[in-house]
Amino acid sequence: MAVNDTLESTHKIIESAREQQPNLNPLAPTVNDFNQELTTLNLGPTHPATHGIFQNILQMDGERIISGVPTIGYIHRAFEKIAERRPFYQITTLTDRMNYCSSPINNFGWHMTVEKLLGVEVPKRAQYIRVIMMELARITDHLICNGILGVDTGAFTGFLYLMDEREKVYEIYEELCGARLTTNMGRVGGMERDLSDVAIAKLRAWLKSFPAVMREFEAMFNRNRIFMDRIVDVGAISAERALNYGFTGPNLRAAGVDYDVRVMNPYSSYQDFDFEIPVGTKGDTYDRFMVRNEEIWQSLRIINQALENLPQGPYHADAPHFYLPPKQAVYQNMEALIYHFKIVMGEIDAPVGEVYHSVEGGNGELGFYLVSDGGRTPYRLHFRRPCFIYYQAYTEMVVGQTLSDAIVTLSSMNVIAGELDA
Amino acid sequence: MIELPALGWQSIVIFVVFALSLLIATYCTYAERVIAAFLQDRVGPDRAGPYGLAQPLADAVKMFTKEEFFPGGANKALFVFGPCLAMITALMSSAVIPFGNIMNFGNNLFFLQGIEVNIGMLWVFGVVSLGVYGVMIGGWASNNKFSLLGAIRAASQNISYELAMGMALIAVLMISGTLSLREITLQQSAPGEWYMWNIVKQPLGFLIFLVCAFAETNRTPFDLPECETELVGGYHTEYSSMKLGLYLFSEYVNIFVVSAVMSVLYFGGFNFPFQYELRDWFVSSQGWELASAQNLITLLGTVGLFLKIFAFIFFFMWIRWTLPRFRYDQLMRLGWTILIPLAVFNIVLTGGLILAGVI
Repeated sequence: MAVNDTLESTHKIIESAREQQPNLNPLAPTVNDFNQELTTLNLGPTHPATHGIFQNILQMDGERIISGVPTIGYIHRAFEKIAERRPFYQITTLTDRMNYCSSPINNFGWHMTVEKLLGVEVPKRAQYIRVIMMELARITDHLICNGILGVDTGAFTGFLYLMDEREKVYEIYEELCGARLTTNMGRVGGMERDLSDVAIAKLRAWLKSFPAVMREFEAMFNRNRIFMDRIVDVGAISAERALNYGFTGPNLRAAGVDYDVRVMNPYSSYQDFDFEIPVGTKGDTYDRFMVRNEEIWQSLRIINQALENLPQGPYHADAPHFYLPPKQAVYQNMEALIYHFKIVMGEIDAPVGEVYHSVEGGNGELGFYLVSDGGRTPYRLHFRRPCFIYYQAYTEMVVGQTLSDAIVTLSSMNVIAGELDA
Repeated sequence: MIELPALGWQSIVIFVVFALSLLIATYCTYAERVIAAFLQDRVGPDRAGPYGLAQPLADAVKMFTKEEFFPGGANKALFVFGPCLAMITALMSSAVIPFGNIMNFGNNLFFLQGIEVNIGMLWVFGVVSLGVYGVMIGGWASNNKFSLLGAIRAASQNISYELAMGMALIAVLMISGTLSLREITLQQSAPGEWYMWNIVKQPLGFLIFLVCAFAETNRTPFDLPECETELVGGYHTEYSSMKLGLYLFSEYVNIFVVSAVMSVLYFGGFNFPFQYELRDWFVSSQGWELASAQNLITLLGTVGLFLKIFAFIFFFMWIRWTLPRFRYDQLMRLGWTILIPLAVFNIVLTGGLILAGVI
């Protein structure tokens, strides 16, 4: 029939066009495969559900996903290259902007790396303050992830209750470092200022009011039939595959492997505290949600213990080459003046060395690999970013499921574009 | 016994019903935002006018003055026709709802109802089914894969849940023996038996109808066709200005109509407890004429009906801001494998109870 001939010839034209340009522009109109009638859906860079900017080109058969091609790099800001031109204390602001939901963890991880290179010993009080701030950051990161998981399934109100609590944590950050989101907290050798009485009062008030809100959120979601139907057995990954990909953090713990850098390789006095590592069984979205919920409670335990046992003492190490002297001394003391000048101008040379240090970030093991050749800036700095490493597994986790499941899986993995691209 | 209403007065009533549906839908948009704010510990719109009451007016002006935009490759005629059809069907369905009993001024009698037909329930059901076309045509004519997905989901969801809704209605039909909404309302109010609202006779049917009402109006937890987080905007992604306004508006008119239908079918409509006793008290002890007393009772009944409708609308909005939404296959499973068997069971149960003389 003439119609069939036309269809056949059109099909041949499209096939030959495909062969000529193998990388078909994903933004072009649909090319329907006449044998299977697949559609190409661009879960594009701008989509309300992709938190951050990354793209996924999904081949779908109706509502089922057959294959997908992720594209990242839309927010790549060349941090590692920029870091080669910055003195150490200026790199802290770059680390803020990686996992911007929990920037104190990034900051302190970087400071600890530099302290490892320099051989600086941080006093106990500063370590405890750092622990308090890192656990607060972890709580807020998990609050966002779980709240947004609720939003992506359609329940908007739970997220707003949690954001209110996050606002109160922002006020605590403000007391300590002056900023809310990109905190630039701490200095090489300790903290830039002590926990003031106002900060401690705000922290205690928050510790009193937060558990009730968290319990309300859990009552709304943990055993909610519709919510559970949406996320149980969705986006599952086995422990073996997760380890092969290099997963760390809540995503790995949900799959059943209890790897937590705070316990395996303690830093900053984490060995002084008593807490548990929640572990899931199936590695699906529900397990990730529950693991993050439980980690919030464990972090609250740590903060309470740290606040009770906060030791007295200096809040920074005695590292005059890298820690700014007090301003009074600068006006009166010659050495302080010289140190101040050299530090601010970035004229101090770091020792030669190669060091790797990792912390337990909100998403997993956040590592900093620092190579110094004796200059004022790093020779090479690499961030081991957990989001970048586990995002590769996303396609495998959603193939065979529907578009709704793909969205929910993406939210539950807590892929933060800043950390994905750096 | 149905008296013939005076046509002149009736046309005024039709116009009033039409205007009232539009007005209530308008302030539904405002109520949605205020109720959402109330549930989320914040303050809703409070800038436009006192307490933000002129907000719908501001929104309407915005929508009328926006640029008319057609996406490239869209079928222009159908693109415009989709929201129009949605609005037409939404408003048509409010014509047969009995908003009030009989009113009489002198020798003129009329019902507070748009049109009084003896197939009222069937009319509402049929027109609501036509509403699917509005969503489907709009989503398909947009030349956008996300809209198409939304339109497909909306069509299949609406069709599936209409079956269970129809079967719940059959059970009500079995009890009342008539499709006329006015007759059904009157049957729920025999003098001295004010408690025999249909909710007592049909609790399971009411639950089924409630769930199907959420699905028919595309409200959470059944709002897959328009969920933002997956489909950007679903079937109204590509729409802007008044065409989008018509879609959103028709959704609120649908909510109003479906709440009214539920109040009429299951909660006694314009009846309220002790209405006949009250009327007789006015006649006997206050010396009023029967006609005037009846007018007063009618007005009070209408107010009562609107209170019931507003309670349902609040319930719709409360659920929207609380519950997550279903996935598509779970929604289909709920409609076909859970609600339809339940509705059939309800019919059988009702039939058994009628035979046994209980209902």
